[in-house]
Amino acid sequence: MLRSIFTAIFLFALWYLMSGIDKTLTLVLGAGSSVFAVWIVRRMDEASNFKCLSVHLRPIEFGKYIFWVLAEIAKSNWTVIKIVLSPNMDIKQKMYEVPFTQKSDLGQAVFANTITLTPGTITVEVEADHFLVHGLSYSFDDHAALAEMDRRVSKTEGIVDL
Amino acid sequence: MNIFLDLLQVIAWICIFSGGILVIIGALGSLRFPDFWSRLHAASVTDSGGVILLLLGMGIHSGFNLITFKLLLIGVFLFITGPTSSHAVANAAWVSGIKPLRNKHKKPGIDK
Amino acid sequence: MISTIPHFVFLIALLMLFIAMVLVLLRLYKGPTLYDRVLSTNSFGTQTVLFIGVLGFLCERPDFLDIALLYALINFVSTIAILKFFRYRAIGDILIEREAKK
Repeated sequence: MLRSIFTAIFLFALWYLMSGIDKTLTLVLGAGSSVFAVWIVRRMDEASNFKCLSVHLRPIEFGKYIFWVLAEIAKSNWTVIKIVLSPNMDIKQKMYEVPFTQKSDLGQAVFANTITLTPGTITVEVEADHFLVHGLSYSFDDHAALAEMDRRVSKTEGIVDL
Repeated sequence: MNIFLDLLQVIAWICIFSGGILVIIGALGSLRFPDFWSRLHAASVTDSGGVILLLLGMGIHSGFNLITFKLLLIGVFLFITGPTSSHAVANAAWVSGIKPLRNKHKKPGIDK
Repeated sequence: MISTIPHFVFLIALLMLFIAMVLVLLRLYKGPTLYDRVLSTNSFGTQTVLFIGVLGFLCERPDFLDIALLYALINFVSTIAILKFFRYRAIGDILIEREAKK
């Protein structure tokens, strides 16, 4: 119940920030629509007995992680730009496996998304205990860099109760 | 104070300009690269660098109001969905059996 | 309409995005495989989102950002739907088996 109230408040805040109108009638309609949306979602949950998604992330660690990822994106963008603009594109592409240590699904999703977001590496397949990653300019340093990223993602992960 | 605001505007223009250049580089890469797997990486330059710089430039230009929030929302949304759709394309291609090129002078090994 | 420096910067950014979109369309035309085409469609969609945003700032009507957000949503869903259709030949409910393992 508490979760539903928080969801309704979140949806209403989102609605207000998107519209930015503060007439009474519009605000009432917005609040009504967000409550209606939450009611529909609750009905759908009862129909499908879906286990709800639980988020276990440490906010401060995650904020630090975002800044680190932005720096990584800048570095790897520079690498890919150099390859695109050089006359003979020296592509050394390779598929390799990257093990991950995250416990929760969300942590694994964050790690895989970060690998794909940095240009030069793309997660191709998710196996039981490793990702299959395709690299554009492969070198042995990539394994160390991805292990570092893995360590940082695992640090943002909170206590997981499976 | 005025000089500070002017400086912020100049930073915004630089961000927008370099974001446009990054988007062009990404498109150029996806035109130049020899096979599918390398084109994926060129498209991801547009998805990460170009999006960040253009949205950051527009956010600094508009000041801090509801527009900034909308830009942030677009940015977060593109940051979640861009890698997801890249991964979906890559995974579909991998399952359908397109393998990366070993030698860059060879024609792409694609079975139709 | 084009009178101040911000307008000029936004116009240049718009032209750059336009050039990039033309390049991506060339890849869409040439692309040897289906996946090249899906990739360039997706990348064209991202560029369209940015294009609409910059166009809104150029016309001084930032309400265009709502349309850009909507376009980002549609672009993601359409990419996934196209890939799902060409993989399973159906968009509706299907039993997903990982055919790679078999």
